Amino acid sequence: MPDNPPIAVAMSGGVDSSVVAGLLQRQGHTVVGLTMQLWNQRRLPTLVSEGGATGRCCSLDDVYDARFVASVLNIPYYVVNFEDRFEKQVVKPFVDDYLAGRTPIPCTLCNNFIKFDQFFEMADSVGAEKIATGHYARLSFDEASGRYQMRTSVDSAKDQTYFLFGLTQPQLARTLFPLGGMIKPEVRVLAKELGLPVAEKNDSQEICFVPTGDYAAFIDAYFAEQGIDPSMTDGEIVDTSGRVLGHHAGTHHFTVGQRRGLGVAAAQPLYVISTEPASQRVLVGRGEELMKNSLTARDVNWLSIAPPNEPRSAQVKIRNKHSAAPATLIPTSDPSRIEVRFIDPQRAITPGQAAVFYDGDLVLGGGWIDAGSR
Amino acid sequence: MLYFDHNSTTPLAPEVADAFATAARDFYGNPSSTHRAGQLARQALEQSRRTIAETLHVSPAEIVFTSGGTESNNLAILGLLRNLPKPAHAATLAIEHPSVLGPFRQLETEGVAVTYVKNAESLAGAIRDDCALVSVMHANNETGSIQPVADIARVVAARRAAGQTIYFHSDGVQAFGKIPVDLAGIDLYSISAHKIFGPKGIAALFVRKNTPLQRIQFGGRHERERRPGTENVPAAVAFARAVELATTPSVSLRDEFESNLLSRLPDIHINASQQPRLPNTSNILFRGVSAEALVIALDMRQMAVSTGAACSSGSLEPSHVLLAMGLSRDEARSSIRFSFGRYSTAAEISALADAVVESVNKLRLRSSQEARLAG
Repeated sequence: MPDNPPIAVAMSGGVDSSVVAGLLQRQGHTVVGLTMQLWNQRRLPTLVSEGGATGRCCSLDDVYDARFVASVLNIPYYVVNFEDRFEKQVVKPFVDDYLAGRTPIPCTLCNNFIKFDQFFEMADSVGAEKIATGHYARLSFDEASGRYQMRTSVDSAKDQTYFLFGLTQPQLARTLFPLGGMIKPEVRVLAKELGLPVAEKNDSQEICFVPTGDYAAFIDAYFAEQGIDPSMTDGEIVDTSGRVLGHHAGTHHFTVGQRRGLGVAAAQPLYVISTEPASQRVLVGRGEELMKNSLTARDVNWLSIAPPNEPRSAQVKIRNKHSAAPATLIPTSDPSRIEVRFIDPQRAITPGQAAVFYDGDLVLGGGWIDAGSR
Repeated sequence: MLYFDHNSTTPLAPEVADAFATAARDFYGNPSSTHRAGQLARQALEQSRRTIAETLHVSPAEIVFTSGGTESNNLAILGLLRNLPKPAHAATLAIEHPSVLGPFRQLETEGVAVTYVKNAESLAGAIRDDCALVSVMHANNETGSIQPVADIARVVAARRAAGQTIYFHSDGVQAFGKIPVDLAGIDLYSISAHKIFGPKGIAALFVRKNTPLQRIQFGGRHERERRPGTENVPAAVAFARAVELATTPSVSLRDEFESNLLSRLPDIHINASQQPRLPNTSNILFRGVSAEALVIALDMRQMAVSTGAACSSGSLEPSHVLLAMGLSRDEARSSIRFSFGRYSTAAEISALADAVVESVNKLRLRSSQEARLAG
C-alpha cells in the first residue's frame, strides 16, 4: 500500500457525494469510489412512478452517473451489492415498525448498519482507513474529552445530523464529512468547477426504496410479494371516548398527526392520535389532544458526550423538519432509556421517530421515541 | 495489471491484431458489392468461414457469422422454435448463460413450455414427447464444468429416430478453442471470437444442414438469409486467425494454483471439482469471505479476477449457476472465478496465489473481529 492510504468515498451518483470525491482528490488524496447497491428498483414494479425508476437511489441511472463521475475523475470505482443486508436491517424493520404502530426512519437504520458499518468492510478491501460521504454534518475531535464530536452543518436547511445520531465513536473515528462546512449553493459551484457531469442534478427527497413516497402503497406491495394477508392490519377508527367512527384499510396507512385520508365525517377537524396494532384500531381526536409534554427514548446513543448521570438541559428534535425544542433530559434507571421533558408541549410526538438531543450546534445523542410517551 | 479473467474476455493476440488491421485496411469493400473491392472482401469473408468450418469439420454453408455469442444463442433458440409449427416444449439447464435463459424466458411468454433442469444427468427425463429443442452448454462459464453433450446428443438422436421433431443446441462459447469439439448429433452450436484471443463483435452459429432455422432480424439477404446486415469482414478474418492459433490451455497452471491455495488456506473449496472442467478455470469458495470484497482487494493489487455473474448495475448478485449447483446464497457470495489464458505464467499465478492468501486472511481476520464485537 502507498504511504498515503486511499479514502473510500460512498458515491450515490448525486451532486453531494460526487463533489466529495472531486474535492478530496483536489486536496491531494487518493480516492476510491464505491456505490452501494441497496435495493432492486425493479422488484416491486407496481410502485414505479411514471417514467420509470429513474433519478432514485440505486436506479441504474444513478449508478451510471456515479460511474461517469468516477471516470471523469479517473479514480477506481466499484459497485457493491448490499441488497441482502439492506433487506434484513432496513426494509424488514421498516415494515415491522409500521405494523407495530410506529412511523420508522429507515435512513437512520441504513446509516447505522449499512453506510457506516458494512461499508467499512469494503473500505478495508480497498485499503482505505477513512471513508467519506456527502452527509451535511461536521465532525471534530475533542482533545479534552477524547471524543469525536458531531455538530450540525453550516447549511441548516441541509443538516442531516437527525439521521446520524446512532453513529459510534469507532465509526466517527474513520469518517469524513467534507461538506459539513459548506452551503448547498457552494457545493453546486464546486461541482461545476470540478467539471462534474452531475452539477445540475436534482436533490433526492424520498426514502430511496419508496420511489413514489407512498409508504402505505410500498407496504401493500411488499405484503403482496411476501404473500402476507393485508387484512391483518385493517380495523376500526375510534375517537378518544371509544366511539367507533368508521373503518380503515390498515394501520400502516396512518401516522400520528395525520389529518387527511381518515374518511370519517366530523364537526371539527380530526387527527390521528395513535395507531394501536394490537386492536388494529386507529385512534383519532382533536388537534389539542396531539400535544404532549414528554417522551421516553429507547436505545439511546450518546455521540458527542459521555452518558449523563444527572438531568441536563438540551434542545430536542422529534422529527427531521421539527425545530429543536428546549427540554430537560432525565436519565432513568435503565441507561439505554432517557426521559425527555419539554418546556412547552409538542405536537404529534410519534413513536418510531427519533428524538435527537442538541446543545446549540453540538449533537449530544439521541434515541428512538417509544410508544406510550405522554 | 495481471489478468486472470479470460472467461469474461481475452486480450487480442498480436497475430490476430495484425490480421485484423490488415483486413480492415485491405478489405474495406462491401462483400455484397459487384465491384472488385467487394469481391476481395467477399473472398476474405468466405476464406474465414472455410477456416472455421474446417476446424469444426463441417461445411462452410453451415456457418453463420453473428455479432457475438448472445446473438448466436438468440438466433439458435428463437430462430428455430419460432419457425416450428406449434413448438410446445423445450428443455435446458438452469446453469446456462443468460443469453440462453433469456430467449427461453421470452418464448415462455409466447406459449412455449420450458423445463430448466439442475444438471445434465436429469435432462433426459425432462424431455417431453412434444419437446422440440434441447439446449445444453458445452462448458459452463463460471465453474468451467464440462457438460456431457455427446450423451445428450444420443438421447436426442434416439427421440428423433422414434419420429419426434427435436433439435439439439449447444452453447459452445466457453468450450470452443479450449477443448476438442465434436459436433456429431449437435444441430446448432454457438462459438465466439473474443473468448479465444480474437476480437469482440464477431461470433458464429453452426447450423446443421436442413435445420429449419429462420432469421430473427429483418433486412438484407446476407448469410444465406439467416442473418441480415453488412458482414464484419475484418473481424471475421481476425476470428479465423484466432481459431488457427487456438490451443488447449495447460491444466498444470490451474492445478498448481489450486494446490497452492489448498495447502495454505483452510475452509476453501473448489467448486465443481468433482466434474470434468475446462483446463483454464478455477472457481473457489472462500468461506467467511465476501467475494465482492476479495475481487476489489485483488483489483487494488492490480490483479483482475471476477465472480461469475455481474448484474446490470455492475454489482454482484449471487451466481445462479452456483445456486443451481446447490450452494447456499452465502456460499455463492463467497465464491470467485479465476480463469487463466495463453499468456499466463507460473510466476504470475504464484503472485496471484500470494495475493489471494494475504487478502483472504485479512478479510477473515476482520470478520472474526466483527463477530467478536457483535457477540
